[in-house]
Amino acid sequence: MHELGIVFYIIRDVKKAALEHGVEHVNAVVMNIGEVSTVVPDYLTDCWRWAADKEDLLRGCELRCNMLPAVTTCNACGKEYPTVEHGRTCPYCGSEDTVLKCGNEVEIKEIEVL
Amino acid sequence: MEDGVKVIEIKKSIFEDNEKEADALRAELKRKGVYLLNLMSSPGSGKTTTLIRLVNLIKDQVRVAVMEADIDSDVDAVKIKEATGIPSIQLHTGGMCHLDAEMTRQGLDNVALDGLDLVILENVGNLVCPAEFDTGSAQNAMILSVPEGHDKPLKYPLMFSICNLVVINKMDVMPYFDFDLDKCKEYIHMRNPKATVIPICAKTGEGVDELAQWLLNEIKNWKN
Repeated sequence: MHELGIVFYIIRDVKKAALEHGVEHVNAVVMNIGEVSTVVPDYLTDCWRWAADKEDLLRGCELRCNMLPAVTTCNACGKEYPTVEHGRTCPYCGSEDTVLKCGNEVEIKEIEVL
Repeated sequence: MEDGVKVIEIKKSIFEDNEKEADALRAELKRKGVYLLNLMSSPGSGKTTTLIRLVNLIKDQVRVAVMEADIDSDVDAVKIKEATGIPSIQLHTGGMCHLDAEMTRQGLDNVALDGLDLVILENVGNLVCPAEFDTGSAQNAMILSVPEGHDKPLKYPLMFSICNLVVINKMDVMPYFDFDLDKCKEYIHMRNPKATVIPICAKTGEGVDELAQWLLNEIKNWKN
């Protein structure tokens, strides 16, 4: 839904990191994307291609997405369960008092440079 | 991996800079005693009509300005200025589906903040993206209109979990839709137990008094 906007944030952060490390060209950017982050990796890479090729630093640079599983913790029984499968209701005790432990990450993991 | 390729670890959330900017903006507005309300909804829920009603009710008690954020056009800013006489400016997001803290700050740079009590930011009509980006506002509020249906809190959980005020608009058309107000409140409170729900009709003015009271109270607490 908002992948192009996210691409602009990635470009801004990668540019900053490249400047700090004195890098002139970035070959690849590796992202960690949580399963329930609402980011669609295919859209993200499409938007990336369009936007990255406009920048000297990033021309031809590949964007790779590592998907991270989403896990929810139940506050009632303390157990953890996979979020995508069960949503907000704990499959062990039926409680709705649950909190997302991980799975909404949109982070730049690393960049590869020559 | 190719020879000579070096990996630089970054490990940074892309929301991190925005969150810092939002906190800085919020602190600055707090110091200046300006309450920024981030108003969100889907397109066509009646944000602008609600704002006109609301502003006309409170403009003698607090000094208020409005910032309109849209992908294009300035119809909303012009409409607000004509109908209320208060300062209103139009922000263009350049194709982006939301406003972030930096864009909000740039918008505020065009508003004379000194002497203002309240700035209402009318965010881009969208229930998904604006919820993810903190604008630096004192409070998030949203409008859900009756024709959209009472199940929206289930479909857009993040939006409803970050808003402490949910205004239900277009109450006058209730007889024509299968909208269940009690169910809607129940779903909203599942997402955010603290949320205040105020049913209104921006067209007739029904319920707008209560909304005005809520807002005036918020502004008073922000300034203390």
